[in-house]
Amino acid sequence: MRPIPVDTPAFFNRGPSPLARLAFFGVLSLALLFADTRYRYLENVRQVVSIALYPLQRALQMPGVAFAYVSDYFGTKRELADENAMLKQELVARAPAIQGYPRVQEENARLKALLDVRAQYAASATAVQVLYTSRDPFTQKVFVDKGSGAGIVAGAGVVDENGVVGQVTRVFPYMAEVTLITDRDQAVPVQVERSGARSVLFGNGTGRSPELRFTSPSADLRIGDRLVTSGLDGTYPPGLAVAQIIDVVKDAGQMFARIVCKPLAGIDHSEFLLVLSQSTAMPPRPEEPGEADTTKKAGRKGRR
Amino acid sequence: MRVLPSVGSFGPASPDEILRPAKPWFILLSLLVGLVMNLAPVSGTVLALRPDFLALVVLYWCIQQPRYVGVGTAWVVGLLMDVGDATVFGQHALAYAVLAYGAEYFRRRVLRFPLWQQAVQVAALLVICALIVLLVRFVGGAPLPHWQYLVPPLVGALLWPIVSVLLQTPQRPSRSRTRN
Repeated sequence: MRPIPVDTPAFFNRGPSPLARLAFFGVLSLALLFADTRYRYLENVRQVVSIALYPLQRALQMPGVAFAYVSDYFGTKRELADENAMLKQELVARAPAIQGYPRVQEENARLKALLDVRAQYAASATAVQVLYTSRDPFTQKVFVDKGSGAGIVAGAGVVDENGVVGQVTRVFPYMAEVTLITDRDQAVPVQVERSGARSVLFGNGTGRSPELRFTSPSADLRIGDRLVTSGLDGTYPPGLAVAQIIDVVKDAGQMFARIVCKPLAGIDHSEFLLVLSQSTAMPPRPEEPGEADTTKKAGRKGRR
Repeated sequence: MRVLPSVGSFGPASPDEILRPAKPWFILLSLLVGLVMNLAPVSGTVLALRPDFLALVVLYWCIQQPRYVGVGTAWVVGLLMDVGDATVFGQHALAYAVLAYGAEYFRRRVLRFPLWQQAVQVAALLVICALIVLLVRFVGGAPLPHWQYLVPPLVGALLWPIVSVLLQTPQRPSRSRTRN
């Protein structure tokens, strides 16, 4: 009797076992995770893959665009007339402000010239459209349809018609990633419009309102105060609306007051955004005063 | 008269039904569609409920066609997802690789059950996949998310029967042809 062959016939041979493959790819992913978070080595790879994904992302816009087009086309005369009337009303309502604007601008220019302040913010900006929001529940990001090809640089501020939305954090050739001000790692230097008090607005992650942290309980902050950018960071031009204080909790047991804010911009529903060109008029950073001391200390340490 | 194949026989193919071989282009196309659905611009409630379609499709092919889709394919697809989502490189790749391994480990068992019972086991696999992503982010310093974080995997499990039937449709012999 012939013995039954023990080896697997070549027909059934399917390469390394699933467990071996899992181990291989698991280690590979861990290496990638490490390389990406620690050293950011993989930005180039990301750029290349993002170009490959770009047509897909554009294709995704088509149903929405088509729907908007069709609903526009079939919009009734009545709706159009209503909208027209509304727009006219709005125009009239804004007339005083618009007429007063050149005068204010002129006055402002004169005052600035008096103070010898350089025009810090060149008013150039790029209009962009939101492509999609990130699926990642841990961060607050959106992707917009223009990138380094349209002159967008990482670090630029992003606003919508009501206020600051966020900041460009990563630029691809045809699109850019915008981190919203509600993101956990995002901070915006702000100023209270009423009192001029400066502070920093910190995002608090998905589903939570941003807060002003490290504010003393005695600070002059009230519910309803509007926060505008202070312009100290050189990212956002000063005076853009950011948020409104909706709650002030002063707990005697805590060192700081808890100040909860609501973003004024349509953070999660604005479709069209404006990427501001970065103002580069910031003076160079002063030399660190402690630097001489530290070198001295290091020298002493070395000798010991 | 021709009867629609899906009406008379909704559910997985019965053992006496001989399926046609899966076409590699269809597998690729389905993965692409899964990726596209993951990247679709939605917000609000839909975003909170949206399951990981790509994970579902990967899981389906890992269970049905382990010769075509395995740990390696899942890993590559995961990398694409990482770029599309702008998350840390390797996060989805790791999760999908583990998912594919789980599928390969359990596939003979899962296939013995009717679709809705398969869905329960799929839920477990999808939750594990989500927890791996959570673990990676947690180590990276992210705070723990709300319990709603586990809703999308469960929604994904509920969609499992639909996805299974849809992805199996092109493999089914059409009735008119079998009769001739």
